[in-house]
Amino acid sequence: MVAARQARVLVLAGGISHERDVSLRSGRRVADSLIQQGLSVEIRDPDASLLGYLRSERPDVVWPALHGASGEDGSLRGLLDFIGIPYVGSRAGAARLAWDKPTAKVVVGRAGVLTPTSIALPRDTFRELGAHSILEQISEEFSGPLVVKPAQGGSAQGVSIVEDRALLARAMVDAYTYCDVALVEQKIVGTEIAVGVIDSGGGPVALPAVEIEPRLGIYSFEARYNAGETRFFVPARLDAAVADRSARAALAAHEALGLRHLSRVDLIIDRMGAPWFLEANVLPGLTETSLLPQALEAAGHDLGWVYAALAQAAISESQLGQ
Amino acid sequence: MTVPGNNLDRWYDSYADRTAGLAASEVRALFAVASRPEVVSLAGGMPFVSALPKELITGAFERVMRDHGPTALQYGSGQGLPSLREHILDVMALEGIRAGVDDLVVTTGSQHALELVTKLFINPGDVVLAEAPSYVTAITVFKSFQAEVAHVEMDDLGLIPESLRQAIARLKSESKTIKFLYTVPTFSNPAGVTLSWERRLEVLEIARANNILVLEDNPYGLLYFGERPPHAMRSVEEDGVIYLGTFSKTLAPGFRVGWALAPHAIREKLILANEAAVLSPSSFTQHVVAEYLGSTDWQAQIATFRDVYRERRDAMLTALDDYLPDLSWAVPAGGFYVWATLPPNIDSRSMLPRAVKELVAYTPGTAFYADGSGRNTLRLAFCYPTPEYIREGIRRLSTVINGELELLTTFDQTGPLPVARVAASISNPPANLG
Repeated sequence: MVAARQARVLVLAGGISHERDVSLRSGRRVADSLIQQGLSVEIRDPDASLLGYLRSERPDVVWPALHGASGEDGSLRGLLDFIGIPYVGSRAGAARLAWDKPTAKVVVGRAGVLTPTSIALPRDTFRELGAHSILEQISEEFSGPLVVKPAQGGSAQGVSIVEDRALLARAMVDAYTYCDVALVEQKIVGTEIAVGVIDSGGGPVALPAVEIEPRLGIYSFEARYNAGETRFFVPARLDAAVADRSARAALAAHEALGLRHLSRVDLIIDRMGAPWFLEANVLPGLTETSLLPQALEAAGHDLGWVYAALAQAAISESQLGQ
Repeated sequence: MTVPGNNLDRWYDSYADRTAGLAASEVRALFAVASRPEVVSLAGGMPFVSALPKELITGAFERVMRDHGPTALQYGSGQGLPSLREHILDVMALEGIRAGVDDLVVTTGSQHALELVTKLFINPGDVVLAEAPSYVTAITVFKSFQAEVAHVEMDDLGLIPESLRQAIARLKSESKTIKFLYTVPTFSNPAGVTLSWERRLEVLEIARANNILVLEDNPYGLLYFGERPPHAMRSVEEDGVIYLGTFSKTLAPGFRVGWALAPHAIREKLILANEAAVLSPSSFTQHVVAEYLGSTDWQAQIATFRDVYRERRDAMLTALDDYLPDLSWAVPAGGFYVWATLPPNIDSRSMLPRAVKELVAYTPGTAFYADGSGRNTLRLAFCYPTPEYIREGIRRLSTVINGELELLTTFDQTGPLPVARVAASISNPPANLG
């Protein structure tokens, strides 16, 4: 058995997704934290040489810090399964479910968690049925502000809040520049929180909720990655019952999607204190301004210790054939 | 009890007002993908330094260490190495400039000279006149000193004198203080056009009549593909022009050696400002550049660069003709860039994620305007990729543009689309954007 202290860890970061820059930042933070735990760490940008490297060098565990496609859509994880190298995080199939936001909403909704009314629309549908009639139908079906986002992807790229219906078409176009399917969702007015879920072998545990209060009101890309642009409250300013409901909703989403090791579940708490599921991230941001590291620290965890424990869990589960 | 929360930057309220543009942005993050080999990057203005024989540089390094080691590794003069300044006079003579060795200040790339000049002249709210479009990182510098950038129209012959007159009259009527005109008159970045000789004289006359300093930035003047361009504006006007030069395009940007040629009173202040900023520009790289210029046929090397870039320019123009005949563009007679205009309903900035997905990158036109103009324009750099890659990049770009047009056509039936939600200008562009 490989003990964590001797484990050779390969951190993957970068890639060619739209979130490459964020991934590079996450990867360096993870690598630094693991090195401080005494692990042997290499960091690589996945490219055409990666699979050959994995076959010849066979690291004990891969720690994917890849955001966006290939890192979160399950494809790389599937290849790691083929090669037989353990990795941190969700299995390929679960990652695929969570990666596609409309699918994740259906799965989590069936588990009894509220999720805002929405419709997923491929761009071809507009071409086929006519944009005018579809947008008109959307305007009739939904009241109040809408959120339009790419069905896949993260970091708020391509996301618009639509308060004026005249801006809906533009929001659709902006979402389609990132993904061929857009999700139009009813905006729930309330408190925006993120709940991290960690499982290093003892079962999934919800971390303290992180409340997000962007300076300019919208948790945009800029609000996420420029320190100072968002104020965070950890734990969130929720009463105990609401905090408990939020934690249970996050755990329900994590389990319904079959996620493993770590996830971040984004929720909105409405005025009645009910949590609404927005999306789940199988590889949440791990940068200096990201939410999961804040939650871990608020819970009294050392980041490096947790990241190393997850690596060890991946190795152990692999050895047990799980 | 009120919980204060944490914004992750305890100094957030302490930053100076001029740092407002220094921020990570969605577009800046997208450029990170352009560094991957799978992506054909037509975005960055990186010189093709591989066309420079390595032995020329290693030889210069070795001779510097052998003959000047202790001084090359020491602090130097705030004005720059005298022997290098002698060589710079020879370089500038090729563009008609006659000057004395004491008129020059060596800087850490001409970008630093740009910053120093701006620091000397700009108070918050002062106006800088600049071509429309203008060099992206110059705009960033001007904004960082809280200048107002007022663009002046240009056409295929460069800055339009009548537009300059009108802009000055308008700004004066608004009681604005115009400090200088910033111009890249030869093979401009990004527009690729060259200010005609007649217009150079007219622009200088307008500046003189209105007591406006001209900041002439000339990184590309020696990289012509046919006839030599007109002489520099500084060749006929000494007191009213600060001239900026660089070895970044004719040698290599890694040396970070540029210079400013300025009227004597300004030059004295530039030396002091240079010392205050960096004590002295790098002694070592100045020695290496001086050694290179003194021991090699550097003009032949520039001719090699011209051949390389001409071939790439031609490859790009041919590919544009073949794949994107409906776009319009000016044919650059030198330099690094083609400036293309898209159909009016396309926003090149909001289209960029689609391009990155198709593994091609460009610089959206809005980057070159301080006021959010240029949404249906883009800059294509032909300096770095091989001709084959350029062709493939333009092919991919045609797929992107056609996809965008199809999408916009689908939604156009709902009425005119409002402008994209993304912010107008690109703040803090990456260093390799050029």
